[in-house]
Amino acid sequence: MKKQVSLATEYTKGLWDQNPVFKQVLGMCPMLAVTVSAMNGIAMGLATTFVLVFSSLIISSIRKLIPSQVRIASYIVIIATFVTIVDLVMRAQFPALSKELGPYIPLIVVNCLILGRQEAFSSKNHPGRALMDALGMGSGFIIALTSLGAVREILGSRTLLGFQVLPDGFEPWLVMILPAGAFLTLGLMMGFLNFMVLRKKTREEKELLSRHLQEPKMSLAKGQEA
Amino acid sequence: MSSVTVTEAQNERELLLSTSPHLQSRWTTKQIMWFVVLALVPSVVSAVLFFGFYQLVVIATAVVFAAGTEAVIQYLLKKPITVSDGSAVITGLLLGLIVPPNFSLSFTALGAVFAIGVGKMLFGGLGFNIFNPALAGRAFLQAAFPVAITTWTMPHWAVDSVSKATPLAALKFDGVSTAVAPLFFGNVGGSLGETSAIAVLLGGIFLLVTGVANWRIPAAMTVGVIVFGGGLWLIDSTYPTPIFHIFAGSFLFGALFMATDYVSSPVTGLGMWIYGLGISLVLVLIRVFGGLPEGVMYSILFMNAFVPLIDRYTRPRIFGEVKS
Repeated sequence: MKKQVSLATEYTKGLWDQNPVFKQVLGMCPMLAVTVSAMNGIAMGLATTFVLVFSSLIISSIRKLIPSQVRIASYIVIIATFVTIVDLVMRAQFPALSKELGPYIPLIVVNCLILGRQEAFSSKNHPGRALMDALGMGSGFIIALTSLGAVREILGSRTLLGFQVLPDGFEPWLVMILPAGAFLTLGLMMGFLNFMVLRKKTREEKELLSRHLQEPKMSLAKGQEA
Repeated sequence: MSSVTVTEAQNERELLLSTSPHLQSRWTTKQIMWFVVLALVPSVVSAVLFFGFYQLVVIATAVVFAAGTEAVIQYLLKKPITVSDGSAVITGLLLGLIVPPNFSLSFTALGAVFAIGVGKMLFGGLGFNIFNPALAGRAFLQAAFPVAITTWTMPHWAVDSVSKATPLAALKFDGVSTAVAPLFFGNVGGSLGETSAIAVLLGGIFLLVTGVANWRIPAAMTVGVIVFGGGLWLIDSTYPTPIFHIFAGSFLFGALFMATDYVSSPVTGLGMWIYGLGISLVLVLIRVFGGLPEGVMYSILFMNAFVPLIDRYTRPRIFGEVKS
């Protein structure tokens, strides 16, 4: 029997430990393509989360009915249904945003993050757990897309969520709203986060090592006292 | 009995084992780097001569920020600070010499920080960077500030001070050719250090004679430009002549100072020829058929990416090794 993980952990793991973008490096296509502004990042993140949550719920509920030979095709049909809903709703309610995101909304169908969660998680867990997992992964995706979008928007067009945050004297770095800027920023962010994690790890190891080295000495000293 | 004498004889000889390289240069990295700095002095002088004293401030900004970035990063990472080896100074000098005259100081500083921070230190510092750091910085500036970096101020003694273009842009967009003499002396529009062919050649020849820069790369690039550019010119004489290809733009500066960077160029002789010919092929394609007037920067960066492959396929066979 596998060790039971709490529902809260199923949610929080997506935020950081298994963040879909920074840790699993999934969903790179929308990540790099649409994050020219923070708003785009939020919209894309929400759309993806919506699709992820409902497909995870449904696939997890009928996981025992899907024959494993045709599971991928079945997943795609279910995912595509929700992508169509998102696409049509966005076109009707937010035409400007929908135009800006362009083909990347329909392309959520083939987002490896969504298919990956179904294959790795929903098909093996009950709906409650799958829901928490999908929400967590979705939140992680939103965080990543929004932060990347914010950095690119601030440096590339001086604004954040449409409001000017940098003075007029600051010449916008055009490269930041070009694809090259997406790669650069994502690479630097990932590198920095991994660097922080690595530093924390080596510190902990050092602490553990020093504790191990001190312990026998202390016991020896005690023995001498006795 | 005889076997005993053999072992005794062997014992008398000391056998030294060491790893390669067994042949060492008579110069240290530090000395070589300062040689390059010396070789760049004529170009700095020509920049000041043609574009005014302010250019010295631009170049100094690039140098200070390049060296400063390296020092700060090494300090933060608690690594030994190696600014005195001169490599960061060279990157700064090179970057300062390939920006347009009167270029904004804040952009120059940003370019220098990017060149050293991203182009060099992120890859692991001196010896590990895939791309030439100065060119990486220039490419970043080109992508970030496309207007500012193509705003050319004409030199003091420009014959035709109305035209605000480099010789290559004038040829590409207006069909106006420039005579070889002003190109040779540097009395034309262009980046600070690249306009004066004679100043670049002075420094370059010094590097080639002292053996600091390997002659094969500039030679291969020149041969390549004559073959590819000349071939096109023979087919259709409206294309630039090979002479124009060599003296206009930053071809000489790129060939002598950028392409010969030790870290981002191949180590084998054959590899250097392939690398140089590749650069000139891409360069001629960009200049003649591309959307940009000049392509030295992109062609060198492009071939930089192939250097590990070139080195791998031109690796000399070990003596006695059978070709598989």
